[in-house]
Amino acid sequence: MAVFRVEDVEERADALSLPAGLRPKRNLWQNLIKFSKDKPLGAFGGSVAVLLIVLAILAPLVATHNPETTNYRAVLATPSVDMLLGGDQLGRDVFSRLIYGTRISLLVGILSVLFGVTIGLAIGLVSGYFGGAVDLAVQRLMDAVMAFPALILALSIMAVMGASIVNVIIALAVVFIPGASRTIRSQALSIKETDYVLAARAIGVSDLRIMVRHMAPNLASTYIVLATISLGWAIVVEASLSFLGVGVPPNVATWGGMLTGATKYVETAWWVAVFPGLAIAIVVFAWNLLGDALRDVLDPKLRGST
Amino acid sequence: MNTYVAKRLGLFIPTLLLVTIIVFSLMRLIPGDPAYLRLIGTDGDAEFTQEQLEALQAQLGTDKPLVQQYVLWVWDMLRGDMGLSMIHDTPIIDDIKDRLPITLELTVLSLLLATVIAVPLGVISAVMQDSPADYISRVVAIAGVAMPNFWLAILMIIVLVNLFGWLPPLGYADLWENPGKNLTQLIFPSIALGFYNMALIARVTRSSMLEVFREDYIRTARSKGLNERVVIIRHALKNASLPVLTISGWQIGRLLAGTVIIEKIFLVPGVGRLLIDSIFARDFTMIQAIVMMVATMVLLLNLVVDLMYGWVDPRIRYA
Repeated sequence: MAVFRVEDVEERADALSLPAGLRPKRNLWQNLIKFSKDKPLGAFGGSVAVLLIVLAILAPLVATHNPETTNYRAVLATPSVDMLLGGDQLGRDVFSRLIYGTRISLLVGILSVLFGVTIGLAIGLVSGYFGGAVDLAVQRLMDAVMAFPALILALSIMAVMGASIVNVIIALAVVFIPGASRTIRSQALSIKETDYVLAARAIGVSDLRIMVRHMAPNLASTYIVLATISLGWAIVVEASLSFLGVGVPPNVATWGGMLTGATKYVETAWWVAVFPGLAIAIVVFAWNLLGDALRDVLDPKLRGST
Repeated sequence: MNTYVAKRLGLFIPTLLLVTIIVFSLMRLIPGDPAYLRLIGTDGDAEFTQEQLEALQAQLGTDKPLVQQYVLWVWDMLRGDMGLSMIHDTPIIDDIKDRLPITLELTVLSLLLATVIAVPLGVISAVMQDSPADYISRVVAIAGVAMPNFWLAILMIIVLVNLFGWLPPLGYADLWENPGKNLTQLIFPSIALGFYNMALIARVTRSSMLEVFREDYIRTARSKGLNERVVIIRHALKNASLPVLTISGWQIGRLLAGTVIIEKIFLVPGVGRLLIDSIFARDFTMIQAIVMMVATMVLLLNLVVDLMYGWVDPRIRYA
């Protein structure tokens, strides 16, 4: 009896250009293997992202010092076995602060993207589904919000509300709403015309139910891609706000905050300024690779729009 | 063309009005009355009487209904009067006049540098697709998008100080009085500010060139024996430059926002520095004026880019 491998069946399905419903279903593991074969860079980004999440959860175990403890003997200490990445201007361990900083970066990034993209999804869906005057008004409002460069909008919201972690999450979420709503709206416009939505309308399904049960699940891949791609950006903007001193309060260990005073010590202690920035660059790089790969696999139409 | 311009202007004016409403309402979310905040001082313990409070409210116009305040504010802005700084009591327009040219010089210089470096990089990358040169320029492009600009600025200072023992003169010398010093001061901030844009423009140029290379007219140009350089520059790059132009236009807002960070690091006395200083001083009228100005500039630039696009590519006008 012939044994079929998943790849062979896949190839056949590709050759016949079968729609997704007629293709063999792969389990999560097979999906992951295929993804890493097709998109090695994306898989690398994904692994780094997972590693960082684990690091954030296990921060107390990985860190070698208390990130808040100041030690006057270790002020601007050079990297050593005890202090892997040296000490900062208050003698705190740079390595441990970096590890704890992962928590804030990911927490703020993930929550703000989740809120922002979800609200964007709701707005885009309603705007695209109803069209007409609602759509026109909503889109003008989104245009107006987009007139503010992301950092300026986040800065002015922070200026009004004051520095705190919750406020940073709110400010960043607001920044993400217009872009997400626009992308979702354009997708919703085409989904609205599909047979299954028309059929649902014909049998008298309510507008709300059509949007929630029929349209939203088909926007899931767009949502995932948008969220992944936005995350790297959220981390950079959070770091920028904290660097400027208007984001997360300065006593909390954040990557951006660690760089705030660093320019003063470039001659004596360059490590204070190099490692936090390197951490940001690596995380953003990893999430961008993952986001690009996910976009190519899940939603190639989005290429160029995000 | 006229209907296209009219349609585009018809979008611009309501959007600008909405922007004014957003800025106005955002600044009214501040807990506490501006007159009260001002009298109580930055330490929050100054003493004052009810009469003083009412007099100041009348002077600032905050005793009027909100709608009236809004209309007055928009009317003043239209006449070029941006009001007084809440902290210094000086006209805001004076500060903006002093500082805006510095920020604009920084922004234009960084966009110029980014484009001059990125376009050849993208073209080389596309022409020599999958060669080592292509890989290097693609890695630079990806890294450029991931590196936060403040870290790049700090890295530049570290390298200059530790390897060359030299720090670019911080601060700002007037372009017309001391052009040499002005350029040495602004060149490093411009690179740090424009690096992201350079990466982005290189990426867009590469993909846009690759797309154009597949077009029939490129094959025609080659088959009639044109020199490859002429094909690349005259035929391909000219057509591939449209998306690049759009991206550059959109990115100006990002550059303007980036000056807040870069001007702080390199001690450049521009509008970005003024904004962050005003946030710390809680000078809300100043913040309001700067944010409004930046948003208006972004909207105007988007309008100009769209109109240019319609002028360059006739297909857009009829879409």
